[in-house]
Amino acid sequence: MNYTKGLRDGIPVGLGYLAVSFGFGITAVRAGLTVLQATVISATNLTSAGQAAGVTVIAENGTLIEMALVQLVINIRYSLMALSLSQRLDSSFNTGHRLIAAYGITDEIFALASMHPGRVAPGYMYGLITDGFMGWVAGTVLGAVAGDVLPTMVSNALGIMIYGMFVALIIPPSKKEKNVLFTVATAAALSIGLKLLFPSLSAGFGVIIAGAVSAGAAALLFPAADDKEEKA
Amino acid sequence: MSIALYILVMAGVTYLIRVIPFAAVRGKIRSRFVRSFLFYIPYAVLSAMTFPAIFYSTGDTLSAAVGTAAAVILAYFGLPLIVVSLGGSLAAFAVMLIM
Repeated sequence: MNYTKGLRDGIPVGLGYLAVSFGFGITAVRAGLTVLQATVISATNLTSAGQAAGVTVIAENGTLIEMALVQLVINIRYSLMALSLSQRLDSSFNTGHRLIAAYGITDEIFALASMHPGRVAPGYMYGLITDGFMGWVAGTVLGAVAGDVLPTMVSNALGIMIYGMFVALIIPPSKKEKNVLFTVATAAALSIGLKLLFPSLSAGFGVIIAGAVSAGAAALLFPAADDKEEKA
Repeated sequence: MSIALYILVMAGVTYLIRVIPFAAVRGKIRSRFVRSFLFYIPYAVLSAMTFPAIFYSTGDTLSAAVGTAAAVILAYFGLPLIVVSLGGSLAAFAVMLIM
C-alpha cells in the first residue's frame, strides 16, 4: 500500500525526469559516449548535475581523482538530504532498506519524501524511486538514440533542458531567501570569472572552486541558516 | 582511460555519499559552520554548473541567452520544473528558427 502511494505521488517526478534526461542522453552521446554507456550512467547514478559534470570529465579525459572530487562536491548535497531523511524514517526502515533506498535519494525524491506527512516507510520510498528510475533511464535511452536522428536545430535546443532544470531548482529559493540569492549570485559570478580568466581550467574544477568558495562565504556571512526550520 | 572505470568511480562515489549518512549517521552535526556550508552547497554548485555552461548549451550564444532568460523568468514565477526546462528549450528553438 505504501508502495502504490509512493508510485502515485512520484508520477510528476517520473515525467519530469523523462524530459530532462532526454537532454542528458543527447549531451552524453555528443560527448562521445555510446547509448549503452549513457544508459548505464543514468541507471547507476540517478542524478542530473553529477552526471552532466561526469560526462564533461570523461570528454576532457580527466583523471579518476578529478572524477571522484567532482562527484563528491556536486553530490555532497545528498549527504545532507540523507541525513535529514534518516531522522524521519519509520521503525521498519532497517539497515537493509537503508542500503537500498539510499540509492534513490535525489533532490525531488527527497522533497516528496520530506513533505510526506508522518514517518516515511521503505515501501513509500521505493514507489517514488521506481517512478524516478523509470523516467530517468527511459529518457536517457530516448535522448541518446533520437539525439542522432533529430535535426541538429532540435537537438541543439534540447541541449539547454538540463540547465533549465537547474535554473528551476535555484531561482525560487533565491527569490525567497537573500542568503540563497547571495550564494547563487556569487557562485555564478565566480564560475563565469574562472572560465574567462582561466579558459584551460576544466569545467569540473571550475565548479568545485566556485561552489566551495561561495558556499563557504555564505556559511561565514550567514551561519546557521539550517536552524530556521527547527525554530519555526 | 576506460569508460567503465569512469562510470564505476562516478556511481561508487555517488552511492557512498548517499548511503553513509543514511545508514550510519543518526545524530546532528555539531559544527555550525559545517551545517551552514552543507545548507548552501547545493545552491552554490547548481549555480556554478549552470553558469556559464548554459550559454554554450545550444551551439550559439544568442539562442542560449534567450533560452536562459525564458527559463529564469518561468522559474521566477514558480512554474514546475518541466515547464521551466521545456520553456527555455522552446525559446532557444524559436530564436534558431528566426535567425
